[in-house]
Amino acid sequence: MVKKITLPLTEEVIKSLKAGDNVLLSGTLYVARDAAHRRMVDALDRGEPLPFDIKKQTLYYMGPSPAPPGKVIGSAGPTTSKRMDAYTPKLLASGLKGMVGKGVRSDEVKNAIKKYKAVYFAAVGGAGALISKTIVKSEVVAYPDLGPEAVLKIEVKDFPATVINDIHGGDLYIEGKKRYSLAQ
Amino acid sequence: MRSIPAADITDAVSKLFVQANYSLGADVLAALKKARKEEKSPAGRDALDVILENARTAAKENIPLCQDCGAAVVFLEIGQDVHIKGDLTKAVNDGVKQAYTGGYLRKSMVDHPFSTRQNTGDNTPAIIHTAVVPGDKVKITVLPKGGGSENMAKLAMLLPSAGRQGVIDFVVKAVEEAWSNPCPPLIIGVGIGGTAEKAMELAKHALIRKVGQSSPDKENAALEKDILHNVNGLGIGPMGYGGRITALAVHVESFPAHITALPVAVNLQCHSARHREAII
Repeated sequence: MVKKITLPLTEEVIKSLKAGDNVLLSGTLYVARDAAHRRMVDALDRGEPLPFDIKKQTLYYMGPSPAPPGKVIGSAGPTTSKRMDAYTPKLLASGLKGMVGKGVRSDEVKNAIKKYKAVYFAAVGGAGALISKTIVKSEVVAYPDLGPEAVLKIEVKDFPATVINDIHGGDLYIEGKKRYSLAQ
Repeated sequence: MRSIPAADITDAVSKLFVQANYSLGADVLAALKKARKEEKSPAGRDALDVILENARTAAKENIPLCQDCGAAVVFLEIGQDVHIKGDLTKAVNDGVKQAYTGGYLRKSMVDHPFSTRQNTGDNTPAIIHTAVVPGDKVKITVLPKGGGSENMAKLAMLLPSAGRQGVIDFVVKAVEEAWSNPCPPLIIGVGIGGTAEKAMELAKHALIRKVGQSSPDKENAALEKDILHNVNGLGIGPMGYGGRITALAVHVESFPAHITALPVAVNLQCHSARHREAII
């Protein structure tokens, strides 16, 4: 069964999500990847505000291909999340509640997900064309000089994702591998 | 001596990169459909459905298959009876520039790798592998290579005593450690022998073979089967959601080696296995 979820995530929704759940996200996502993460965490370290209010928000790790004329965005699938791991606990401490990417997170991030009651979703990597169809609006909200790595605010409708790490300690990557491994 | 204008190379490179980024080859699609039939895990099947639907959407609506349109890897086989009129390297890079700027592809190359890291703005320079071969033709193969899978490449200089089993163990471990990161189901390129750089080049070259075609070398073909069996027992599955199809194929290339050496290189290719070739 697919759960339909409206963003921003509420405490109640986060509590209900379990590793392996398929969800359709609708609402606002902020798009940021490596370079933007470094700048955001540098800003926090200097005691400066972030370029947008990160409280209760969900970040999408993505750098789109250019939008052709008349299109909202180009291909728009997830990038590997582990490159963001070094910065993520600080953002979770600042109120970030959700992340969408692909691939395994560090133990530090998984612990921070439990501590700050957040959730990590994966989208299917390499499905950028299909995912782009769920993005109805896109605007640059910070660091335009970063080009494909600028921070975007996007509106999505029925964006498909899967819960990987939940607040209960569930981890789809570990559980899935265990279930189908033929190793003794 | 046959003369080919550099502009013809530019044209071909440009068209190939655009085509490769917008549509998967028939071999890759067939392998993905077969995987969908065989996969036991419901979550893995869901991921494969998304991957196949994405390929249809990309081709129909002219959207790049993946937002990571890759580093521009180019294999050139140049007939020794060919004279290229103009600068060959520039011709290839001009083709990359045309494809990535005109084709709305993402430019992902940065200039100095550990210092400025400024985007070069046109996805150049290409990574070019050139071989001179008999004949008067030029064969161009392009391989837009995504960062997620390329970052999981591994090289080992094994002791010859490690033997065949040592090779299998190293490749399987590399795939297990890469886990969900390189976007499985994968095509696993394995280069064995030569020197360190030769092994990795073989592993990369193995990725442009038609998916699922066995090596013409009997020993290599048997090794491909054994590695595939082991890798698909890891349980990683499509996108790492758990399942029995972690790889679509294993492609092994080998080369003679020094008496002291058994180099093994692993170069992983994500399911969005984009490559195209043309002969001029």
